[in-house]
Amino acid sequence: MTMKVSFSLNGEPVETDAEPRELLVDVLRDRLGRTGTHAGCEQGSCGACTILVDGHSVRSCLMLAAQVEGCDVVTIEGIGSPEGLHPLQRAMSEHHGLQCGFCTPGVVLSAIELLETHPDPSRSEIERWMSGSICRCTGYSGIVDAVSAAARGRVR
Amino acid sequence: MKPGRFEYVAARSVAEAVDALGAAEAGSVLAGGQSLVPLLNLRLARPDVIVDVNRIPELEAAGRGNGAARFGALYRQRWLESLSVPAESAPLLAEAAALIGHVPIRNRGTIGGSLAHADPASELPAALVALEGEVTVEGPAGARRIPASELFVGPLTTSIEPGELLTAVEVPAHVEGDGAAFVEFARRHGDFAVAGVAVALHRDAGGACTRARAAGCGLGPTPVDLSGAVAGLVGQSGLDDDRLRELAAAVAAGVDPPDDVHGSSDYRRELAQVLLVRGLRTAWARAERGR
Repeated sequence: MTMKVSFSLNGEPVETDAEPRELLVDVLRDRLGRTGTHAGCEQGSCGACTILVDGHSVRSCLMLAAQVEGCDVVTIEGIGSPEGLHPLQRAMSEHHGLQCGFCTPGVVLSAIELLETHPDPSRSEIERWMSGSICRCTGYSGIVDAVSAAARGRVR
Repeated sequence: MKPGRFEYVAARSVAEAVDALGAAEAGSVLAGGQSLVPLLNLRLARPDVIVDVNRIPELEAAGRGNGAARFGALYRQRWLESLSVPAESAPLLAEAAALIGHVPIRNRGTIGGSLAHADPASELPAALVALEGEVTVEGPAGARRIPASELFVGPLTTSIEPGELLTAVEVPAHVEGDGAAFVEFARRHGDFAVAGVAVALHRDAGGACTRARAAGCGLGPTPVDLSGAVAGLVGQSGLDDDRLRELAAAVAAGVDPPDDVHGSSDYRRELAQVLLVRGLRTAWARAERGR
């Protein structure tokens, strides 16, 4: 039995069919074609599927699509553009924060929430905040460098 | 599509949620979903009805009155660690909440969900036991209160009946002279702790201890009440090393921790002692008047 779910996706109103049991990440990818949100562990551990719902970072593999009725959803497709990168995306590139890139959409959206709520975070605040994105590559210091650089760019 | 089929009910009131749970054969309450949805994805949980309580604003309230701090069941863990009501009225819950998972998890995870899920390794159940808090549940027969000492009956098992909904959590409100601490050991920040200890004590104006309680997580099938081991602190005005060693030995003798890939039973018993001493020292200092 499918139902209709309406919400704002990256500023545009969308309406989609969804079964009650469909996860938000799967509806974004398979029904709405927004494949920038990556499904990794699908149990909330890895952070690759992190998106913003009403401004807060959430795991889209741990929400049912039905739950975002009327909500404001932002995925990586809503952040910057190939021609005009978000400052954080530019910083991720400059500081080699991408690695294989699979977890990067979730990393970027987590970091955006951090910068919205903590304009000038310390390195240890960044490390703690970003601890929810643990993927397969090692070497997280590039990510911390990028977030730190993006924050400083904003302060200045 | 990972979860099995279920009927989805977005309840708009507590009464509606209780009705929907009552009509279900094996209903599940969806609060933050940070424990339930992984179980659905792995099909370890197969409810026939999911009752989503996220659209019930009254469950998000928090306040202080009549000596108690009260939190609606849907109060997010992120609010516990970052807002002023918990910081001022229930600092142990705030400290415990900050240790749960990561920010995106705490943005969704709720106080009521964590208590009703009753994972023996999780922080909030141990904190509730240390504080002698209680929960309110509502069901077809009306509301009833369950003290922490009667809430947790086994791993992932509480005394909440099928058809009942946890609606609120109450702990004694923090007053001057109270000192609390939550300490744990985890291999990585945000992982489930191998073990953790919550301490809640009170010192009078002269500095003497008038109440001392403690509880542990990761040390047994439910949060483990360690208060018997620290009761000897009552009446004392100082924390000396000999006394702390005695208390730690009493804790070691009184717990039977699980043995698993994350740590042996002996290792956890050792951790319980170390964490209890750390927690007591911190809580004792925080209970100092004028701090």
